[in-house]
Amino acid sequence: MTTELKMDVPQPRFLDQTQQGVLGKPIPRVDGALKVTGQATYAAEWQMDDMAHGVFVGAAIPKGHFTIDRDSIAGMDGFLGLYTDNLVRNSARGTLNTNPVQPGDRVDYLGQSIALVVAETFEQARDMAAALKVSYTRDDDAVTDLSEYDDWELKVGIELGDVDAAMDAAHKSVDLEYTTKGHNSGAMELHGSIASWDGDHVTVRSSLQMLGFNRNELADSLGVPPEQVRLLSPYVGGGFGSKLGIGPDSVGAAVAARDLGRPVRVVLTRPQVFDTTIRRTETRQHIRLAANQDGRLTGISHVNWQSNLPGEGHAEPVDAATRFLYAGENRYCAHYMARRNSPATGDVRSPGEAVGMLTLEAAMDELAEALEMDPIDLRIRNIPEVHPGNGKPISSNGMASSLRQGAEAFGWDQRQPTGTRREGEWLIGMGVAAAARANLLMPSSARVTLNPDATAVVETDMTDIGTGTYTILGQIAAETLGLPTESVTVHLGDSNFPTASGSGGSWGATSSGSSVLIAARAIRKTLAERMGCEEEALTLKDGMATGGNKRSALSELIDQPISEEGKIDKGKLTKGTHQAGYGAHFAEVAVNTVTGEVRVRRMLAAMAAGRILNEQTARSQVYGGQIWGIGSALHEGLEFDTRTGHIANHTLGEYYVPVHLDVGDLDVLFIDERDDMANPMQAKGIGELGFCGAAAAVANAIYNACGVRIRDFPATPDRIFPHL
Amino acid sequence: MKSFDYVRPETADAAHEAAGRFIAGGTNLIDLMKLQVETPEKLVDINRLDLRGISTEGDGLKIGALVSNSELAADLRIRTDYPLLSRALLSGATQQLRNKATTGGNFLQRTRCPYFYEPHQACNKRTPGEGCSAQGGVTRMLAVLGTSEHCLAAHPSDMAVAMRALDAKIAVTRADGTTERLALDDFYLLPGDRPDRETVLEPGDLITAVHLPAPAAGRQTYRKVRDRSSYAFALVSVAARIAMEDGKISDAALAFGGLAPRPWRDGAVEEILIGEAPSEALFGKAADRLLAEAKGAGGNDFKIPLTRRTLIAVLNDLTGESA
Repeated sequence: MTTELKMDVPQPRFLDQTQQGVLGKPIPRVDGALKVTGQATYAAEWQMDDMAHGVFVGAAIPKGHFTIDRDSIAGMDGFLGLYTDNLVRNSARGTLNTNPVQPGDRVDYLGQSIALVVAETFEQARDMAAALKVSYTRDDDAVTDLSEYDDWELKVGIELGDVDAAMDAAHKSVDLEYTTKGHNSGAMELHGSIASWDGDHVTVRSSLQMLGFNRNELADSLGVPPEQVRLLSPYVGGGFGSKLGIGPDSVGAAVAARDLGRPVRVVLTRPQVFDTTIRRTETRQHIRLAANQDGRLTGISHVNWQSNLPGEGHAEPVDAATRFLYAGENRYCAHYMARRNSPATGDVRSPGEAVGMLTLEAAMDELAEALEMDPIDLRIRNIPEVHPGNGKPISSNGMASSLRQGAEAFGWDQRQPTGTRREGEWLIGMGVAAAARANLLMPSSARVTLNPDATAVVETDMTDIGTGTYTILGQIAAETLGLPTESVTVHLGDSNFPTASGSGGSWGATSSGSSVLIAARAIRKTLAERMGCEEEALTLKDGMATGGNKRSALSELIDQPISEEGKIDKGKLTKGTHQAGYGAHFAEVAVNTVTGEVRVRRMLAAMAAGRILNEQTARSQVYGGQIWGIGSALHEGLEFDTRTGHIANHTLGEYYVPVHLDVGDLDVLFIDERDDMANPMQAKGIGELGFCGAAAAVANAIYNACGVRIRDFPATPDRIFPHL
Repeated sequence: MKSFDYVRPETADAAHEAAGRFIAGGTNLIDLMKLQVETPEKLVDINRLDLRGISTEGDGLKIGALVSNSELAADLRIRTDYPLLSRALLSGATQQLRNKATTGGNFLQRTRCPYFYEPHQACNKRTPGEGCSAQGGVTRMLAVLGTSEHCLAAHPSDMAVAMRALDAKIAVTRADGTTERLALDDFYLLPGDRPDRETVLEPGDLITAVHLPAPAAGRQTYRKVRDRSSYAFALVSVAARIAMEDGKISDAALAFGGLAPRPWRDGAVEEILIGEAPSEALFGKAADRLLAEAKGAGGNDFKIPLTRRTLIAVLNDLTGESA
């Protein structure tokens, strides 16, 4: 049986009534031991009989057409095949659900995977990929340098009132330009796939985030019905958006395996990950804020310039949080898109907020200074009653409590005037920023089976990309069915299981978790019937059922497994309310007055994200967000050669993310909250909230430390020391 | 990766006879082989040769070419008598790489210029006469001193900068069995019109040891400025030793990393300092001398003022009373 719940009405707080007491507890990841002992087998690590190995050849020009000389490698030892048909130009953006662009013999950017060489060994294939002779006809109109670009596509997101007039009439205002460099996800596990065909059915082991969409994308790319495609992604070594959609590896492996009649493995090299999977766009941003004498915002404008390949539907929602975070009657948000012959852009962790809240919250810091207000007071004063753009009610907003409780825990009252706290060569400062991330719900299904021996099994094609999905889905089932967590086994990442939301947009835990809750509650109904009581009167704990003046072991109630499927879907509340996780970020940094080097000494994130399902995995998610915040404030940036459009620093040795020594003490404070309109668990997404605004707290701390305003990110030493 | 032969001889003679490309830690060479920037037909693994150990030699030290960067950095004699070397080593790479990387190999690291690693880009260092795509490209990490129109690459080593400040000599056994001790300025070549030739080593030449002279007087430091706290190449680094007598600088040794195709030392800078009392004006003059010929390529222009600031701070540090 399938039980479906649409989020049409506020949900009762069932999980505050259950007795097992495992939900929310800081339980370590159940797959942790497997991972640290090498027993969690990742996609490309499977050993298959008779497996062949494919390596991609990257285009050497930014735009034009190519022809390959098969004979240049066909005589080399171990040669098996050379494929150019059906290859995809770049990874699919999230939720694309159809085939990514398949350009044939056209080159749209330097590095594009134009051919797949398959050989008996990986080393042979790699040698052949280097040896393959490719001839090009190069177009001379490639767009690789945007400094003179004049064909921007404008899209206005929101226009309310008159921001120009608000700026003219403002008591104080700021009018600021920012730039951010492009980012790559840099997931530790390289993108890789092994495909094997059995008749007209293909099984692909791949590293993917959203199997329901990915199956359709792969089937469409190969020209087969989705029913003939099975995806297996039980373990995923990080995704951060780059594995939301299928990539060149899964399509290439399936194309070659179909032709060769044997399994084919394709793993992208690290430079190919940078070149051919989606990255975050670089941005230029223009922010204007107008405020009256009371420090209330009267106008907000956020305009940005970004780029993508021709034919890609994605735009970075840079102004996502600007649209709802603060009150103000005059509003304008828009973006300008350039079509550029450089690697495709798409969702990278916290798309939009990652770079949009960095600038908005840095601008708010400047406005607070202009108004001579404490930046926390300014933010609290401007928290809206309803969504300021569309008037929808807000489901819950924990921003004020986050700012207040966070300030107290961090010691915000110790903050000194700008540029006054010195320790030798170092100037020390504190910064604050708001955190916000839209809370999303996606359709998601799961099957839960309760066995007579008081064990349970959860099955769904949901993925665990390192976030703790195995653990929390087990906790939800255990809590609902009254079982110890050890008695629940969770199976994920097989497209034969019920289709889940997938991991993306911070919706995974709440969407897939709700489907597990719904399925487990359906099982409770059956148990209640057998106990002769209402479900509300049934208590389940440690494998025992109590209700209707009776107490029974589960084994006495059922002699066959009970299997139920649960499904959550969007409803009237999903559309009719504004839902977001909120919070506050605090940072303390030291800036070296000689060199401009910045060291983050400590950070605190106060997070209001509804019910916390597992305090440990949630905390780890926030730590990751804070560290990404440090990275985008100080380190991360794709360096493009503007003559060719290629990424010059496409390895993890040259593309800098924070190392351990860059990360000071991190602290996380969860604000007690329940959001009845979000889902039946009253939880909101936490996976990205910890990042949104974190970089701005670092930037604002730099200003408090040394008086230098950073408006171009990352804030490398050369952008700081000339001003000291 | 190209197929290659691999031998692991037991003696230096056998290593020379094997006539291939020597490999020790392999932390750079193997990466380059995967990219086919380097395509040796034969690798001669020298790890079984008797080139380990750090021994006293007169008033100085002899460091075997196979001593790992970790071992060298941790050696008590190094930490006590040549502390800038220990600091330089520990500021380079990561613990894992330092465990593997050797003293001899560290001198021979290839540049991290991004164009050297890209087969679709022109690089005179990779393919002589092909051109230099770095000119007009992404130059943030590239050199500002000692470059030529044919090459902007910077040398990536921290250890070699420290060795230059310490007047180390590199012991080389030639393929014909003769031996030689080379100062670093005689060992490294500037790019000129042949940036593919980085040292005077000929095929078959083997680095066997590094000789450090007797410890010299004065305070020492190694200061490295970089884009993140660890596992990052130097934007600029300064290896410095300053001795003071009667309130005046009596001796100075200054070498610089991140600035040039080889560890950079300019005797004229030291001459300006020696015999003078420390002052901001004096240090500024020394920095002016160091950077008189410096030339940025756009993205690395900032290295020039950054070097000036860093040098002055280091000199203040080493001549100050409380340092």
